[in-house]
Amino acid sequence: MSRYSLSIRPFGVHAILVEWPQIVEEAILEDILQFTAHLKGNCLDSSKWEIVPSYNSITLIHREKPIDFNDFKKKIESWYAEKFVTKPRQKFLWRLPVCYDLEFGIDLEEVSQKLNKSIDEVIELHTSFQYTVYGIGFLPGFMYLGGLPTALEVPRRAEPRLHVRKGSVGLAGKQTGIYPQESPGGWNIIGNCSVSMFNPKSETPSFVNVGDKVQFYSIERAAYDLHKIEGEVGIYKLEKIKLDA
Amino acid sequence: MLKLLKSGFFTSIQDGGRFGYLNKGVPVSGFMDSFSATKINLLLENEPDAALIEITMTGPTIEFEAPTYICLGGAEMSVTLNNSPIQHFKVYKIEQGDILSYGKLKKGFRNFLALKGGIQTAPVLASRSQYYPVTDTNCLKDRSEVPYDSVTTFDPKISEIKVDSFLDETSLEVSQGPEFNQLNDKQLEVLFFKDFKVAKENNRMAYQLADTIAGHKISMLTSATLPGTVQLTPSGKLLILMKDGQTTGGYPRILQLSDKAISILSQKKFGDTVSFKLFKI
Repeated sequence: MSRYSLSIRPFGVHAILVEWPQIVEEAILEDILQFTAHLKGNCLDSSKWEIVPSYNSITLIHREKPIDFNDFKKKIESWYAEKFVTKPRQKFLWRLPVCYDLEFGIDLEEVSQKLNKSIDEVIELHTSFQYTVYGIGFLPGFMYLGGLPTALEVPRRAEPRLHVRKGSVGLAGKQTGIYPQESPGGWNIIGNCSVSMFNPKSETPSFVNVGDKVQFYSIERAAYDLHKIEGEVGIYKLEKIKLDA
Repeated sequence: MLKLLKSGFFTSIQDGGRFGYLNKGVPVSGFMDSFSATKINLLLENEPDAALIEITMTGPTIEFEAPTYICLGGAEMSVTLNNSPIQHFKVYKIEQGDILSYGKLKKGFRNFLALKGGIQTAPVLASRSQYYPVTDTNCLKDRSEVPYDSVTTFDPKISEIKVDSFLDETSLEVSQGPEFNQLNDKQLEVLFFKDFKVAKENNRMAYQLADTIAGHKISMLTSATLPGTVQLTPSGKLLILMKDGQTTGGYPRILQLSDKAISILSQKKFGDTVSFKLFKI
């Protein structure tokens, strides 16, 4: 089962960093998720430990006590050498509605010029792919999405904006993503997602998990407004599709 | 309830921190100087992580609407209770209508005010620590009201302690961060033999240092960050993430502050100097 050679290093006295090869790849992400499920299910007391997966690493953080690094490193190695039997969490493809009206997509015209494509072609391309969630961080509920086609790669804006509206959908280099709250930011904004990506009133404040997939679809302004109202009263229903493990 | 007649510069409710949501991008939050905060909780015989009020630079004026016992500690500030000066790390009885008033900051940057039984706001995601957008606001405002349970009798086992002040301490104990080995000799030399000034950009999320070291072209994939993680930007700026810091980042994590060093740094303000001292894990 251990297909990768892991690097295990201390990260302060309360945390340990476990790294896979430095490559963005679904096979590595899958191995990380399976090992995380094994750790949570069979090896660690999850009331004491936090596990943060991201791209090619997991960071294990103990909430209270310092970790005996050498001893714990050996444990991690032996756990990784075991045959994991725990099934990772069910993965979903989330279909997320985006309104690409120019009122929201304030950089859409500039992006279309830079990419030498019509606005419709940009939207068509952006909605044609399934993006993999490689990490969640930076802001509560912010997804690091991988799998953007090279045809949509456009550099970050030279000057970041002080205020990017909540829900803004952006492009920057090899990345696309949604601002879960108003924040400063340097991405090119092409639309706005009507679904709130972070809800602190819920026990699962962000519905997406690392390893899930996201596909955007284009909606009209009227549908956007309706979703917003439905979201506020709590009757909006997200579209999700189970993915095979 | 207690009422903030004046809120001060940045006054917020904090507890031991918000755990369990790091993988959703929610920072741990909680006391910036947990060393001082847990001590005053213990004097009041509260849980060490009980919610209290964290005060930054200029403090509030507070009116108590019910009896309780209080204790304050952390940064040295002139504080009066009904116009009589009171001391740090000492338990005081509070009657209904009492006024606690913060004056001049003398040393340090953050003071903590604990109440017997702790602050009783509703926890959000298992913590009372204020952090927007988990809580509606990230600090208390003028006229904010904060709930607590009325306590009329309490006989503390120890009513005051002498705390070895670390407010003059400038040396930050650090261990090697995950990308430490990618630093070159020139960067290392500056890092451990120079003093660094705290920049204007310092808050609960991060402390930026005004002095820089040589930049780099290290590229890495986004990975977890912790309170106390020292990041090095490509231009050579040092950013030290604090309790409200982001949970992941893409800059090399060159050093990691010890818990004590996080408390020491949280008592520093713009223009103060710090230095790094390496210890081995």
